[in-house]
Amino acid sequence: MAGAAGPGTGPGAAGGDGDDSLYPIAVLIDELRNEDVQLRLNSIKKLSTIALALGVERTRTELLPFLTDTIYDEDEVLLALAEQLGNFTGLVGGPDFAHCLLPPLESLATVEETVVRDKAVESLRQISQEHTPVALEAHFVPLVKRLASGDWFTSRTSACGLFSVCYPRASNAVKAEIRQHFRSLCSDDTPMVRRAAASKLGEFAKVLELDSVKSEIVPLFTNLASDEQDSVRLLAVEACVSIAQLLSQDDLEVLVMPTLRQAAEDKSWRVRYMVADKFSELQKAVGPKITLNDLIPAFQNLLKDCEAEVRAAAAHKVKELCENLPIEGRETIIMNQVLPYIKELVSDTNQHVKSALASVIMGLSTILGKENTIEHLLPLFLAQLKDECPEVRLNIISNLDCVNEVIGIRQLSQSLLPAIVELAEDAKWRVRLAIIEYMPLLAGQLGVEFFDEKLNSLCMAWLVDHVYAIREAATNNLMKLVQKFGTEWAQNTIVPKVLVMADDPNYLHRMTTLFCINALSEACGQEITTKQMLPIVLKMAGDQVANVRFNVAKSLQKIGPILDNDALQVEVKPVLQKLGQDQDMDVKYFAQEAISAVAQRLRKLDFPVKGSEEPSAPGADKNHFLRPRGPGEDTGKGPAHQLHVNTRDTLAQLGTAELVHFSRSRD
Amino acid sequence: MSSSSPPPAGAASAAISASEKVDGFTRKSVRKALRQKRSQGSSQFRSQGSQAELHPLPQLKDATSNEQQELFCQKLQQCCILFDFMDSVSDLKSKEIKRATLNELVEYVSTNRGVIVESAYSDIVKMISANIFRTLPPSDNPDFDPEEDEPTLEASWPHIQLVYEFFLRFLESPDFQPSIAKRYIDQKFVQQLLELFDSEDPRERDFLKTVLHRIYGKFLGLRAFIRKQINNIFLRFIYETEHFNGVAELLEILGSIINGFALPLKAEHKQFLMKVLIPMHTAKGLALFHAQLAYCVVQFLEKDTTLTEPVIRGLLKFWPKTCSQKEVMFLGEIEEILDVIEPTQFKKIEEPLFKQISKCVSSSHFQVAERALYFWNNEYILSLIEENIDKILPIMFGSLYKISKEHWNQTIVALVYNVLKTLMEMNGKLFDDLTSSYKAERQRYLMILMTF
Repeated sequence: MAGAAGPGTGPGAAGGDGDDSLYPIAVLIDELRNEDVQLRLNSIKKLSTIALALGVERTRTELLPFLTDTIYDEDEVLLALAEQLGNFTGLVGGPDFAHCLLPPLESLATVEETVVRDKAVESLRQISQEHTPVALEAHFVPLVKRLASGDWFTSRTSACGLFSVCYPRASNAVKAEIRQHFRSLCSDDTPMVRRAAASKLGEFAKVLELDSVKSEIVPLFTNLASDEQDSVRLLAVEACVSIAQLLSQDDLEVLVMPTLRQAAEDKSWRVRYMVADKFSELQKAVGPKITLNDLIPAFQNLLKDCEAEVRAAAAHKVKELCENLPIEGRETIIMNQVLPYIKELVSDTNQHVKSALASVIMGLSTILGKENTIEHLLPLFLAQLKDECPEVRLNIISNLDCVNEVIGIRQLSQSLLPAIVELAEDAKWRVRLAIIEYMPLLAGQLGVEFFDEKLNSLCMAWLVDHVYAIREAATNNLMKLVQKFGTEWAQNTIVPKVLVMADDPNYLHRMTTLFCINALSEACGQEITTKQMLPIVLKMAGDQVANVRFNVAKSLQKIGPILDNDALQVEVKPVLQKLGQDQDMDVKYFAQEAISAVAQRLRKLDFPVKGSEEPSAPGADKNHFLRPRGPGEDTGKGPAHQLHVNTRDTLAQLGTAELVHFSRSRD
Repeated sequence: MSSSSPPPAGAASAAISASEKVDGFTRKSVRKALRQKRSQGSSQFRSQGSQAELHPLPQLKDATSNEQQELFCQKLQQCCILFDFMDSVSDLKSKEIKRATLNELVEYVSTNRGVIVESAYSDIVKMISANIFRTLPPSDNPDFDPEEDEPTLEASWPHIQLVYEFFLRFLESPDFQPSIAKRYIDQKFVQQLLELFDSEDPRERDFLKTVLHRIYGKFLGLRAFIRKQINNIFLRFIYETEHFNGVAELLEILGSIINGFALPLKAEHKQFLMKVLIPMHTAKGLALFHAQLAYCVVQFLEKDTTLTEPVIRGLLKFWPKTCSQKEVMFLGEIEEILDVIEPTQFKKIEEPLFKQISKCVSSSHFQVAERALYFWNNEYILSLIEENIDKILPIMFGSLYKISKEHWNQTIVALVYNVLKTLMEMNGKLFDDLTSSYKAERQRYLMILMTF
């Protein structure tokens, strides 16, 4: 496009009135041809701006032909272009001119790179809707036909996604042609094309007339479902869901079910997996009668399939399958035809199967009711709570709420406890983390008494875990427990234990006290905070470790809003002022931060903020970057946050942190 | 097919030794192997009712020649029965009988003449199909990384190995007649065989490679089909799944197939080169099959030199942007191509190519820089550079001069000095001009900076 991109496209040429504001546009146009990919990419991303400046006429006659010619660019640029063109209808002059966008998109729909092609197809689909019916037949349908009969597989693959958008609005003669093209793609000799066709079969079926579905789609479906490649067959399973929704029960039985039965017993596990994975959709699509006659037996087979992948996929669907059964007779069917197979899976050899089952099995209790749950499901739950794989136990525990509603948690509590204790001490910190997160829920269901007796000590033990993430989670857990059990409980059971840690020889534990106070103060309220927590925090301001001292400053800032003005004025202010004179840069910094926050609160002028030693000052000292920080600091704030961000699992950190720190704090 | 019989597969089996260590660190697989026990998998066996127990048949060598043929077929049929190897204690006796029988069959077809008669073909192929054709099991490790992880081995290998062994002896037997076998070894058979190349077990892929190679050699009618199917497997690998275990093996076979292509090359073959082999360079696991891939590419160029320009432009298009390990492989391939390039072709691509090489020599990753600088140890490349020094020196000069002053790695600096010396000897005048204009340029920048 010599005119638009060349030197002629100065400000005057682009806008016609010599407006300097069009200069950036000229630059963008020029950069469409720059050697640097990044510049071309930036320019393409602003293509709509360029088009807007050029006006609809020149966009059509100059910009689009130019773009059509540059299709040999980097895939990244092409992807951006394909995306842009989907929203271009307005910029070329509205629906009457939408067809101008087809040539570049057609080229993009034939490139090798899948993401580019998919994006081009997506844009074409979008634009097809903006075509007038006449333009659709004059321009869009011929494009689809060209793509469908292209030499290289990429264009045929792309064509598959375009049939369903133009079919509904085409005339009958054209419709017949479109169907014909789709048929031939379904038996293309390139598996890539057959896969594309199979994946669009369901979508295409939905826009066809019922007669055509029966006479044309069903045979295509049957063929694809018995393709020699399993990658094609499995896509037919997906199509099955859509097709089944369109047919009557009688037609289904005759036209679809033989194929579906065959798929459920396919020799390739991938196809069987797909059946298992789509089971709920299939169940809804074929309706209750066929479900009982066909799908339940198929499901039983999938649950005892020889491949663990298939069993796990089926196990995942157990609850949905049961839920979707017709209420009448549901219980009997589950008890007789599903439960026996589930019982087998509880002791499966593969842990993924067991954990898939554990993630849904609790849901059965609401469906089966109290008595059945106690008699039949409870033994399974108990067995799974003792499973060797932590994930299985965790999945059971995390779904306790379903059972709680039906039989109450007491039934389980005796078995629950050893399972929880074991998970709480698991060697993997992620497992410990997961169980902590269920503690508030468990506490709510087990009640305060049981909790105090059995679980409280666990919760406190986590506070001194050697992994920071666990200590952090334990802190949050305490807050949630206080919200649940109330302040009185907090005052009697939690707070004393937390405060004792303030004298711990390990500075990380001392800091945990501060973190707990940060978390608990709000839930505990003014009185406990002022009377019990504040003195401890203030006392810790004299700690020999700087990390503790600046956390004191942060804690004071944090609990400030809860305290009354007296406490702030009389107790907090002097301590902060003292910390503000600390010899450690960071302590000073956070003390200043706290002072200004508190000062704002008090709105008193005699609480000065030192403007000269503002935040940036400590950062100048490069040594700060060498020192590990107490974890849990806000990462965005303050200077020395780099080190702890990535060091969460930290037995090692604990050691080095202390070493490095003490040598520094002496100076 | 117009091509002559291919040379034996294995011509391209150059080992990839560079991939054994990463930056001097032991690979994860080595560390993992310490905790991981060897895993085995098989989906061959699907429990279907009770298992037939095998009863030993008389030895073939003890039978009279009249009975032998009958007994041979009985034994073949007996070997169609499959056993569950995931269960290591079941059917021990029957498994042993089958193993012994398979051994006997291997021995029988390889030492006796005239035993592969027309009537046996059907039973032979049926036995082979029954044993080896199966849907491969899902990988034990869903994130299986062929570069890092130990493969899952086929559990039923004790039997399958013998079946492959038998298959090979059968194909290689002097009595073997493709004209009869083609009734049984047809497109569908080959299709299933190709799917097995995805096996995680390297032992199986090795057998498959030899088997497919023999089939390609002996069944002229299947050649086009085999090539097309390999084409499809590769396209799926590149654009859909990025996963196929047997890429290296298939490429190795292709290497020998390409070698046999008749000239002029058909459009189909050129398309395969440009639309399949070149895009394959983008694959994540390139290291696993790069040696074989580069071999195929070079084979093409040796056949038809006019393909050099599009191939090099293709490689430049897909040049790795972030993966240094791959960049080193690309440089290796470029050197292999330059080794066989014609001077006229060289002129066509020297500019874009040396722009890329110039970027590589100044890579801060010393292995990349080093690999690129090694080009100057290659006599033929040196002669090409010398012939075109007027074009190449201006492209290279800036980078070379800069890294000679700035590169962190001393080996690289030393190499660069040698290269600069060589270039200076090729055209001292041009070298001096470039040096002074480079210095003038720098001076100008310094001035700008100072007055800023």
